[in-house]
Amino acid sequence: MRRSRLACLLLALALPLAPHAEELTVSAAASLTNAFTELGKQFEARSPGNTVRLNFAASGTLLQQMSQGAPVDVFASADQATMDKAVSQKLIDTATRRDFVTNSLVLITPTQGGPEIKTLQDLSGAPVKRIAVGKVATVPVGRYTQEALEKANLWTALEPKFVQADSVRQVLDYVSRGEVDAGFVYRTDAAVMQDKVRIALTAGGHTPVSYPIAVLADSQHKALAGQFVDFLATPPARQVLERYGFGQP
Amino acid sequence: MTTLLPAGFDWFPLGLSLKVAALATLLALVVGIALGWVFARKPFPGSSVVEALFMLPLVLPPTVIGYAILVAAGRRSPLGAWLREHLDYTLIFNWHGAVVASAVVALPLVLKSASAAFANIDRSLEAAASTLRQSRWSVFVRVTLPLAWPGILAGTLLAYARAMGEFGASLMVAGSIPHRTQTLSMAIYDAVQAGQDDLAFVLVAVTSLLSVAILVASNRYLSLR
Repeated sequence: MRRSRLACLLLALALPLAPHAEELTVSAAASLTNAFTELGKQFEARSPGNTVRLNFAASGTLLQQMSQGAPVDVFASADQATMDKAVSQKLIDTATRRDFVTNSLVLITPTQGGPEIKTLQDLSGAPVKRIAVGKVATVPVGRYTQEALEKANLWTALEPKFVQADSVRQVLDYVSRGEVDAGFVYRTDAAVMQDKVRIALTAGGHTPVSYPIAVLADSQHKALAGQFVDFLATPPARQVLERYGFGQP
Repeated sequence: MTTLLPAGFDWFPLGLSLKVAALATLLALVVGIALGWVFARKPFPGSSVVEALFMLPLVLPPTVIGYAILVAAGRRSPLGAWLREHLDYTLIFNWHGAVVASAVVALPLVLKSASAAFANIDRSLEAAASTLRQSRWSVFVRVTLPLAWPGILAGTLLAYARAMGEFGASLMVAGSIPHRTQTLSMAIYDAVQAGQDDLAFVLVAVTSLLSVAILVASNRYLSLR
């Protein structure tokens, strides 16, 4: 009797570790937060028993976590440069790498009491006291912003106005609260807070914004990770991505 | 000397950290002594609840303090809007914001030790002083405060140490803007995030050396008394 009870207990403890229930860890760029949260649920519905754990941050921060040995299965970056760095650190199974969405860089202002901005040059004006930008070292949107503003010969002149943010979503947060007068985010981020921020202009002069995704070389769930990457190309997944404003690669 | 230091290193975050911690401690000291005296000597109905409220920063996550300051002093808040309109001043993304955040977080340490110190003073000494035709203020400055000082000083040193290490609340309120609001702890965070391990290591070494120096100096000072 006692022994069978013990056996039952052991069985119960072992259940979550059963081979069919796999846990997939997906590290994705902060701008993918809303779309991937929805896609993660859809993927779970398609592969019963498996769970998707999502980890959102600036692409550079995610890279840093992975190079320190974080157990990640899939990496989705908001720029090619960060993925290239991951490849050069031998973190990526390069055969699985592909571009899966595109995006564009926009300048946003708070809907309530934001300054009137029509061109990038207007950012030099007195009503604009603070501009939120992603940290150039870790946040892709910060590098796209730098390229666009350097092309317009404004980067150095505007630098005293910059407030550096840890991710594109922090830029969005600063602008939506009205703590800064303007900020650079992706079009898809601006769409998430349509009631609080308005798009002043679409910036040009930067590398095209395209998002690569890949399975990690050290992934313990390579088959499932591959399925997740393939799933993003299916019509239902494309529909979700398009609804959030992401473009076809 | 400079060639030994990694790329991107400069002394600004160290200077700012020292400045922010010193001002925050001063602020916490003045407010902490006043409140500590009130709670120890002039309790009013509900004063224990009010005291608990001031002690909250000790137990709450710094993010809560940061959020509270953002809500109270942000541009959209009545106070923030007034300051901006009339004085063209904002606490947010300004190093003054880091001072306020650090002071709020350090206040409980001064407040608690001050109120305990005031409560433990022999009241007959104060009574004796007041018979010598001293004003109440003069009794406070010349008798009460000197008697309570060792206890208050211990709390102040802890408060300074806490203010030096402040990160979460300051980051939320002041941001990490290089050469303006980036303190030592924020510079370390940024260096780690960016994978600049050598820079992070040097900053950690500087912080550790400084903290050991402060602790040794304060221990020596306290044991000399």
